[in-house]
Amino acid sequence: MMRLRLEPRERTPAWLNVLLPIAAVAATLVLASALVAAAGAEVLPAYRALLAGAFGSTFNSVETVVKAAPMIFTGLAVAVAFRARFWNIGAEGQLLAGAMAAAFVGGLEGLPAWVLAPSMIVAGAVAGGLWASVPATLKVRYQVDDVVATLMLNFVMFYAMMALLDGPWKDPLSGYPDSPDIRMDAEFPILLERTRLHLGVALALGCALLVWLLMARTTLGFRIRAVGENARAAARSGIRINRVVLVTALLSGGLAGLAGVGEVAGMHFQVMASLSPGYGYTGIVIAMLARLNPLGVVPAALFFAAVATGSETMSRQTGVPVFLADVIQGLALISMLVALLFSHYRVRMQAQAAHGVAKRLGAH
Amino acid sequence: MRAIDKRFAGVAANRDVDLTLNAGEVLGLLGENGAGKTTLMNILFGLYAADSGSIRIAGEPVAIHSPADALANRVGMVHQHFHLVPRHTVLENIMVGEPGRMGLLDTAGVRARVDSVGAQYGLALDADARVESLSVGEQQRVEIVKALVRGARILILDEPTSVLTPQQSEGLFDALRALTADGVGIIFISHKLREVLAITDRLAIMRRGQMVATLDNDGSHDPHTLAELMCGHSIESPARQPVHSGRALLELSGVTVAGARGRPAALEDASLSLRAGEIVGVAGVSGNGQRALADVVAGLEVPSGGHIRVDGEPVDNPTVRRMHELGIASVPEDRIGAGILAAAPLWHSMLLERIGERPFSRGGLLNFTAMRWWTAEQMRRFDIRAPGPDARTGTLSGGNIQKALIARALAFNPLVLVAAQPTRGLDVAARDFVHQQFLDLRRRERAVLLISEDLEELFAVCDRIVVMYEGRLVASLETERTSTTEIGLLMTGGREAA
Repeated sequence: MMRLRLEPRERTPAWLNVLLPIAAVAATLVLASALVAAAGAEVLPAYRALLAGAFGSTFNSVETVVKAAPMIFTGLAVAVAFRARFWNIGAEGQLLAGAMAAAFVGGLEGLPAWVLAPSMIVAGAVAGGLWASVPATLKVRYQVDDVVATLMLNFVMFYAMMALLDGPWKDPLSGYPDSPDIRMDAEFPILLERTRLHLGVALALGCALLVWLLMARTTLGFRIRAVGENARAAARSGIRINRVVLVTALLSGGLAGLAGVGEVAGMHFQVMASLSPGYGYTGIVIAMLARLNPLGVVPAALFFAAVATGSETMSRQTGVPVFLADVIQGLALISMLVALLFSHYRVRMQAQAAHGVAKRLGAH
Repeated sequence: MRAIDKRFAGVAANRDVDLTLNAGEVLGLLGENGAGKTTLMNILFGLYAADSGSIRIAGEPVAIHSPADALANRVGMVHQHFHLVPRHTVLENIMVGEPGRMGLLDTAGVRARVDSVGAQYGLALDADARVESLSVGEQQRVEIVKALVRGARILILDEPTSVLTPQQSEGLFDALRALTADGVGIIFISHKLREVLAITDRLAIMRRGQMVATLDNDGSHDPHTLAELMCGHSIESPARQPVHSGRALLELSGVTVAGARGRPAALEDASLSLRAGEIVGVAGVSGNGQRALADVVAGLEVPSGGHIRVDGEPVDNPTVRRMHELGIASVPEDRIGAGILAAAPLWHSMLLERIGERPFSRGGLLNFTAMRWWTAEQMRRFDIRAPGPDARTGTLSGGNIQKALIARALAFNPLVLVAAQPTRGLDVAARDFVHQQFLDLRRRERAVLLISEDLEELFAVCDRIVVMYEGRLVASLETERTSTTEIGLLMTGGREAA
């Protein structure tokens, strides 16, 4: 009789760290194929349609990349925060804070055109960071649980925004609960003609690189990782953990705020209820899929964006509901969590002890 | 156990190991850290699977795949760190894992068995007391009774006396004698060679995964020869040269740390002076304020009263950084929990305190070359055995982790080193190495505050021993003019010395 058992690993081989996310994605697609089949479509053609929808043309590819930009930002936001064990579930609210700040600054008359884009970027990052510093302060001062606080503040921010949009900030021209458009000269420049590839995408990629540098190559990153790994050891070593948690929160919230800036300045040019289809929450899954590695966030976000854009094509061609995209997101998280188990443990097949004796006797 | 082999990632932890335990005997299992004792016992207790080899109990071949299998085969194990639920009663703790009767808890039956086991072996327990209210010795008794109630006839004790006072150890030994008289076989793992010689009938010595000797404990062995068998070469005990003690490097006067939420003060009116060239030991049963004392000196805890001076300079608002700057280094009791980053590379753990300094960083940017070079240098200097500076810290053995922590503390060139339980769980060679470092500091006119529950250790290296009891320093005695009996009595509040 064979038994399976888990044994802890002394070290994780490097190839495994690369292979596991890929295996998790593959497992996700295999699991989701059951639903594709249940929807009455053939699996391979459906996935081919998904792929074509995501990357089949320049236009489609750009749409995927543009869609990935906010997810890269929120993924980075969560990856940074989780490294310090600041459980920031609040990227969604911080995104909205950034978006509102950007929309406000972008609509200001009297500012010279050339300062608009940089001001929106700074204002958005600051707004997101400040909003994240609220639960971080509560955590370090009063030991308030950060998961609950960050999550709840998402709703506070969303409904505060809706109150503004339905009241003083309502667009007088349309009468809908949307904010007025930002100035034309505040819109992010387009990087590729006749597409929606805007400056925010380049900003997201640049931030991924910067955040990686920060986490891996600077003393601040060293301290953030130390606090997350073992806060007691860090405190004993003279690292001021409260300060590190606050700085991490500012950084994390700032990155989430930039997601909102990109959506306002590059895509929608205003703030409205449907600005974010949950990018803040998707960021959590993306950060996990990337194993909290800032560079890994980029491919993880691209995967999710591709599923989101491709699923619409797949739906048109094969009749599989677009909701499959959400299912794939959920499955990807669960697959990755299972995959993480294998980076810490190895599975051993084990025969009954008698088998071992027989082998030994045979050798003599 | 016959011909046990176990390899981890290609490294043999057990090679062709044979071990026999007879009914009614205490077998001492000795070896340095990493010699394979724990691996062997974990195989017997079903925590690991052997790559090959066989286990027979009472002549029958058995397959042990889990602790449940081990218990079914009447093998029980008491770990060095107890696995008890503090807020539950003794009885509830013992009933964890009991099969029960048709899905119902068999409270009365278990209670009767606890009482009969207690009466038979002198292991009496109040079954309704909460575990958190028990002393460490009583908690250990709960673990032993738990194993016996499950019917264990083979008992593995991993470092059972490392947390006990001499008096408590004597109580444990009485119980062990009662057990062996009844035919129970006991495997006794310890680094304290004197007590091993006192309690065991036979000795099994492991080195580098192999069984190198099994001896009858017939009175012809002494700790020194055993230690040499364990490490395979001769060793010299650290010698203590008299050094004139100089100026006070660390002075506490009337330092008090308030207890949490209405609890009694963790540290009460503590006055202590540590002079240059002096090693002062702090004896005490754990939980009598040693942690508060260590935390105050390390700058982690701000005292609610009293004064601290370092090298004559008053410290009003101690922080970890301030204490570092003044020259105080500390080695935490909880090495893994408060000392290292287990999942991070060794250089990350080693440089926690100094990352802001040149050459390790410049303008906030890390210098990996300098960090790795420095870590490799410490590995060489302090004989820290690891594959390299990039090895995951948590994969090092306990002794090597401790060496890394001491290397980290000494890299400051500190005036005062505070070390809490620095040799707990270390083998003879590593322990000597640590003591050598302390004596070296002493020679260099620095001071060491050594907090330890191991009286043998305190008597070996300290110039002076202070005793803590219920948050107070109840005595300060010259090592030469006191005895383990006196200190042991003071530790349990037996008597206050002048």
